[in-house]
Amino acid sequence: MQLLLALVVLAALAFVPGLVGPYPLGLMIGILGYGVLATAWAMFSGPTRYISLATVAFFGLGAYTVAVLSETMPYPMVLLAAAGIGLVVALLVGLATLRLAGIYFVIFTFGLTELVRQLVTYYEVNVTRTLGRYVFLPLGPEHIYWQLLALLAATLAIAWWVRQSRIGLALRVIGDDPVVASHLGVRITATKLTLFSISCVIMTLAGAIQAPRWTYIEPSIVFNPTTSFLVVIMALLGGPNRLFGPLLGAIPLFLLFEWLSANFPNHYSIILGLLFIAIVFVLPNGVLAAGESLWARLTRKRVPA
Amino acid sequence: MTLLSLKHVTKRFGGLTAVNCLSFDLVEGETVGLLGPNGSGKTTALNMISGYLPLSDGAIALDGHAITRLGPARIAHRGVARTFQLVRALPSLSVGENVLAALAFRKQHVWGREATTQIEALLADVGLAGRASQPADSLTYIDLKRMELARALATDPRLLLLDEWLAGLNPTELRTGIDLIAALRQRGITILLVEHVMDAVRALCTRCIVMNAGGKIADGPTADVLADAEVIRAYLGNDHA
Repeated sequence: MQLLLALVVLAALAFVPGLVGPYPLGLMIGILGYGVLATAWAMFSGPTRYISLATVAFFGLGAYTVAVLSETMPYPMVLLAAAGIGLVVALLVGLATLRLAGIYFVIFTFGLTELVRQLVTYYEVNVTRTLGRYVFLPLGPEHIYWQLLALLAATLAIAWWVRQSRIGLALRVIGDDPVVASHLGVRITATKLTLFSISCVIMTLAGAIQAPRWTYIEPSIVFNPTTSFLVVIMALLGGPNRLFGPLLGAIPLFLLFEWLSANFPNHYSIILGLLFIAIVFVLPNGVLAAGESLWARLTRKRVPA
Repeated sequence: MTLLSLKHVTKRFGGLTAVNCLSFDLVEGETVGLLGPNGSGKTTALNMISGYLPLSDGAIALDGHAITRLGPARIAHRGVARTFQLVRALPSLSVGENVLAALAFRKQHVWGREATTQIEALLADVGLAGRASQPADSLTYIDLKRMELARALATDPRLLLLDEWLAGLNPTELRTGIDLIAALRQRGITILLVEHVMDAVRALCTRCIVMNAGGKIADGPTADVLADAEVIRAYLGNDHA
């Protein structure tokens, strides 16, 4: 029944490009893109509470792969290559970092993003001698929209599967107490590495699919660290431990950021920072959890003591 | 039949030798007390057996196979379960999920409907029947201990390491706790318990090993060991020996 409902909603959303103008479609693409990133981020970071700021490193890698390879092979192959590159980088990074915990992991992932950006810049300046690249693919916004919609559906399906499978439980146990986890027989490194990789491959694909939108790509655009922070705020706002939480967080925040960056381009990052602080303080478990506990409190009051 | 065997097991933390050349064997089905004053290296010894701490020297074998260099997950898969000196619940999980976490990741894992049945049975065994859906962080201290025991049992252990599992219980709870451990002994689980509660040691252990300053100072039948002059000196000082 729920599956049927989900399929109906998906089918309905697939008709959106034929019904709306270019600007609303652009907004929808942005929402889908961030929805994918936030859902993928929460898949790993929600249960483990490992705050990753490497989102944009993978997103950017995906976009750059398309920019570099789009004229050398057919488009589906380019996407596959992007996923492959994302997977290899995720495995390398995962093996190097997943033994770190807490703040060290956060700092490492943030540093990683800068490292990837600098490496790409270095390579482009010194080897290929072109900093920016043009992406010319015969893909209109509606094609990007459909691909992102499919990716979001796949991401939600994977997230749903993870939540009710053993690996999802393993991740929650690790998040609660890695010492207990290991003594219960949980293979900690393998579990974290698997989920981290799945999450990173999805982020890479999100970047790859959106690359044709920009036409012109350079490292400072696709490796913008603000993206990583936005994804964290979106997931936290909606609730990183709910299936639809990150997506529900992405919708209002993306629209808000669009409006802010259009109307207050100079104060944008200040407002962003304040919002980040407010969400962490006021809604540590996300709006969905806050709503539920509020509802529980209201209904409990109705019961006479 | 020897289940666990420690040979010259040593743990050094920098200049401090916490466990020094400790050797003993556990026979299958035994309940053995590991005694000694605070800081004598009992918990460190348990931590090395469960794979939480690497050995500085020596060897540990389970069933004749070396487990010296294995990590906790591998050792758990070979049938060693433990509880912790300070109870370690998985606070964001429910009571049932705490037990499920053990069923789901043991060697022959249990999942789905079969797991639900087993969770109920395991919780009933420790006196937590019908509490599976309760959040783990809402349990009282004794119930947390019960849950931790159910979780350890859910791994289907052959050897159970209990680290001061009875500490901090009131007299009534202590009675219940001793009965629970006695019931496990009946099932044939080999138990090594670190314990300061002497009534429990007398009631449960057929044999005791006493440690002092990282080394073994006594090993034998409980009554003999507790009467041993050196053991009394280690606990109470020279005047009482």
